[in-house]
Amino acid sequence: MNSIISLQDINFSYENKTILHHINFEIPKGAFVGLLGPNGGGKTTLIKIILGMSKPDSGRLTLFDKSLEEFKDWNKIGFVSQKSNSFNKGFPASVYEVVSSGLTSKVGYLRFFNHKHKEKILQAIDAVGMSEYAYENIGNLSGGQQQRVFIARALVSEPELLILDEPTVGVDYENVQRFYELLHELNKRNGITLLLVTHDTGTMTKYATNIACLNKTLHFHGKPEEYENLTEKEMSKLYGHDVNIISHDH
Amino acid sequence: MIADLLEYDFLRQTFITGILIGIIAPLLGTFIVVRRLSLIADALSHVTLAGIAFGLFLEKKFSIMILSPIYSGLLFSVMGSIFIEKLRSVYKAYQELAIPIILSGGVGLSVIFIALADGFNTELMNFLFGSASAVSRTDFITIFIITIFVLVIISLFYKELFTLSFDEEHAKVSGIHSKQIHLLFIILTALVIAASIQIVGVLLVSSLMTLPVAASMRIAKGFKQMMFLAIVFGELAVMIGLIAGYYLNIPPGGTIVVVAIIILLIAIGYKKLPVATKGART
Repeated sequence: MNSIISLQDINFSYENKTILHHINFEIPKGAFVGLLGPNGGGKTTLIKIILGMSKPDSGRLTLFDKSLEEFKDWNKIGFVSQKSNSFNKGFPASVYEVVSSGLTSKVGYLRFFNHKHKEKILQAIDAVGMSEYAYENIGNLSGGQQQRVFIARALVSEPELLILDEPTVGVDYENVQRFYELLHELNKRNGITLLLVTHDTGTMTKYATNIACLNKTLHFHGKPEEYENLTEKEMSKLYGHDVNIISHDH
Repeated sequence: MIADLLEYDFLRQTFITGILIGIIAPLLGTFIVVRRLSLIADALSHVTLAGIAFGLFLEKKFSIMILSPIYSGLLFSVMGSIFIEKLRSVYKAYQELAIPIILSGGVGLSVIFIALADGFNTELMNFLFGSASAVSRTDFITIFIITIFVLVIISLFYKELFTLSFDEEHAKVSGIHSKQIHLLFIILTALVIAASIQIVGVLLVSSLMTLPVAASMRIAKGFKQMMFLAIVFGELAVMIGLIAGYYLNIPPGGTIVVVAIIILLIAIGYKKLPVATKGART
């Protein structure tokens, strides 16, 4: 098996407006894919299709070599949504409890968390460097820390693929860097395949193994080096208007 | 009351019933509050009233004995809960509309049944504001069974209910059957409301589900802790309220709610103390 996700000629429209047009896209095992593109370019829709939350008008989607209809092993996919950051801050749950909810469906109905599960939960919290806060109320943590907790929730079921939809919105710069370091490590050391939707072009070219640019159609899909060599003209075609390329110095 | 408790069976029944609903009402209330469904309890309690009025009406007009009006109350409450879910899916963008529809429907039906039965005075008062002496043997056994049932279901589905309450989208993506779990939960809520009405009354039942939770929310660090504290506060309110109501000859619904409010005020005050906020980050 080489591709974890394979999209073939996916089309999607909403109220007669084309959102996704003939998308062909593959994510190889072990890749760290940065999905870039302007707002309204269809990034979140594409993620929703991959997660089975939206149905494409046409096209074929394969997850772990199985068609969407056959695919049942949702525990192989971890998801950290954009909304994780705008959850109800007053919700009285400890970090441990939030992370444990990532195991709920894997453990299954009418079964309880046992000792092994509890260890896994603590390990996931440790993996994102939040052990110190395991029994704190999540509402008392900073945005960056909360996002780490949501990564831990996604990691606890030991997924092979982790999908993150703009997870760093509202997180301060320093924490964003630490966050990317964490993702890099998960990808390199634990071999987790990553699909990250982001606006953060500069950082992505540093960490990602593949870059994909989406604006209705897939305008570019290749290595970060190739992406950096795109001309300004190609860039503006991609974003549909003139862009200033901001470079980050790291 | 303590001495009387030992002497009179019916008082002992009332007191134990109070202890039972002091557990299940705040327990369910914890999920209701965090899911922002507090008003559903009010809607369902009014539907339960319609059911009770219907039961009393059958009894009075046709001499049809259904053992206890609590059964018709239960039936109406469960039907109301299923109907609320239907309405919430019909008005997806305005889900709260289901509540005034069901609430006014419940009150409307109650008025009709009460009028048809030419009014029933003391009994109705008991159901509206609660009673320290109204718990019959049948009711006691029914409430006991409901309590066991609720505790078993909540412990079996605790992790799904928590996951769903914290983040519905994530729960759905991870493959939890959110619709079915939610329906089960709302039916449990209906059962707990119908059971609690004997002691706290239709008008105040939702307060026993929400006030202890509102108080524990101020203090607890985690969800389970909040649940546990809510039950402790609920029990305190029920016991003090029942005893006070008995001695002052006031329907216990009133005294229970007042005690719950005092606990809430203390919890709010506690949070403002420097000791409580130490360690909490801003």
